[in-house]
Amino acid sequence: MIELRDVRKVFNQGRHNELWAVRGVTLDLEPNRVTVLKGPSGSGKTTLLSMIGALARPTAGRISLDGRLISNLPERFMTEVRRSTFGFVFQRFNLIRGLTVLENVMLPAYPLAPDYGDLRSRALGLLAQFAMESKSADRVEWLSGGEAQRTAICRALINEPRILIADEPTANLDSKLSRELVGLLGDLLDLGKTVLVASHDPLVFESSRVSRVVEMRDGQLAGESSC
Amino acid sequence: MREWLRRQRYLIDYSLSALARRPGKHLGLLLVYTLIVFLLASVMLFTQSLRREAALVLAESPEIILQRQVAGRHDLMPIAYLDKIGSIRGVGTKYGRLWGYFYDPPVRANYTLMVPPAAASQTADPGPGQIAIGAGIARTRGLAVGDYLSLRSARGEPFSFRVASVLSHETELVSSDLILLSEDDFRRFFDFPPDRVTDIVLGVRNPLEVRKVAEKLSLALPDTRPILREEILRTYDAVFGWRQGLVFVLLGGTLLAFVIFAWDRASGLSGEERREIGILKSIGWETGDVLRMKFWEGAILSLIAFFFGYLLAYLHVFYLSAALFEPVLKGWAVLYPDFRPIPFVDGLQVATLFFFTVFPYTVATIVPIWRAAVTDPDAVMR
Repeated sequence: MIELRDVRKVFNQGRHNELWAVRGVTLDLEPNRVTVLKGPSGSGKTTLLSMIGALARPTAGRISLDGRLISNLPERFMTEVRRSTFGFVFQRFNLIRGLTVLENVMLPAYPLAPDYGDLRSRALGLLAQFAMESKSADRVEWLSGGEAQRTAICRALINEPRILIADEPTANLDSKLSRELVGLLGDLLDLGKTVLVASHDPLVFESSRVSRVVEMRDGQLAGESSC
Repeated sequence: MREWLRRQRYLIDYSLSALARRPGKHLGLLLVYTLIVFLLASVMLFTQSLRREAALVLAESPEIILQRQVAGRHDLMPIAYLDKIGSIRGVGTKYGRLWGYFYDPPVRANYTLMVPPAAASQTADPGPGQIAIGAGIARTRGLAVGDYLSLRSARGEPFSFRVASVLSHETELVSSDLILLSEDDFRRFFDFPPDRVTDIVLGVRNPLEVRKVAEKLSLALPDTRPILREEILRTYDAVFGWRQGLVFVLLGGTLLAFVIFAWDRASGLSGEERREIGILKSIGWETGDVLRMKFWEGAILSLIAFFFGYLLAYLHVFYLSAALFEPVLKGWAVLYPDFRPIPFVDGLQVATLFFFTVFPYTVATIVPIWRAAVTDPDAVMR
């Protein structure tokens, strides 16, 4: 369970371009569900996701994970939480060019120093699960949008996180690939994962695999619906 | 410990791939870096081996050389002085030496003519009308064993000597311009007075007594000057040190240019690299992991450059006789010895060079990366 209590985030505080991206969000996110944060561009979805995923700290408020406060941890512990709990799928995939698909997938596990053979077989297993096995030796810059997206999902899952965070995952995909992706996110639910998605794509938040849609506008919660 | 090693292996693996992904940037840096190490290491290796060579050669030389002086200038030494030295305690061997210089106009070079001392049994007297010549003279005059060398004597008469042997290459640093001849030939050629020698050398058995013996000599023979072996060694050392310093000053500018170049190349993180650091942090790498990875990147580059630079310098100095520095470091002789230094590597010297090349580069790379690595990873979300 993730609990957010009066979470706020400001950028450029005290300057002429000060921006309150998130203004007092209080929210409980249940495990083993696909939750979508829906809202127009600039509504604060991405900022909220990055704070939930321990990528950034809130300016004010508290975020807890299974009762443990994670919003005020020192950087080292935040990294530890991020590494062991969350997997990220970014809007622009953020794969590292010049490396192969397999290397990109294995990358988050390097600092944990697992046995190389185990890591490799785990990564190949994930790639097989997402029909990417044949591309494992290809460089990521040669991949299509859909393939890059699936590689990014495999990378997000390599450390076996409980929670997967996806930021606008369909922004660079056509309708067919977007539907495919929503299906894949639904499959993760079957694997016992919790999925948090920020999207303003109806194909995502209208999908039957989505359990809950939280609407945001101007950094605040604007409504909610359960599916 | 095993986990630590495995983590370093993963980081090194990633660093190697990062180096391979930007070949243009890293290859240029590697080339310049290797060149700098090569230049510095060449100077260090060469002067070090010259010093060592000189020390080895001088180790065989007598403890004290006694020269006579008239009006502060070197003058010929009466043989009778050998008797005056007589019974100074501690003196082992003592004998007069005959040697001098000869300017050979056709090749515009100075030769050293010397009578092999009877005490120094390793070089036999070549016999009347015969000479042994250094390799430098053999090269310059195109002489081989059996050929004749004609020189004009002090009285203006031509003297022909038959070359009986060419001196060994191993001693070329000191024997390149040397001609060994018999005492009679020497005296006749230079019209040298029969009761004189050039100087006197003394062997002292106990090294602690050398200074005391020199002191007694100065008192007993006030018109002479004792020259100690340790003084010659010190002079050699100073001369080589001075020349090394001169080259280092000249290289200083190059070194500075390299530091600026390395700083610019290594520290100027491209947008792509910043993005990469952001991605690594967002997928669970700590700031420390990023720094360690970048440290390995710099260390690998430094070590390769250091290894190849040093190896090239080693080949340059010990196999090509330091062709680049010969004119500056070897001396002012016209007959340059074809000097092949004995391969020798000093651990402390390697460590010094390593510290002054690898350490600044590593620091230059780590600082800006640290600045980029401590930024919040959420930047990649935008």
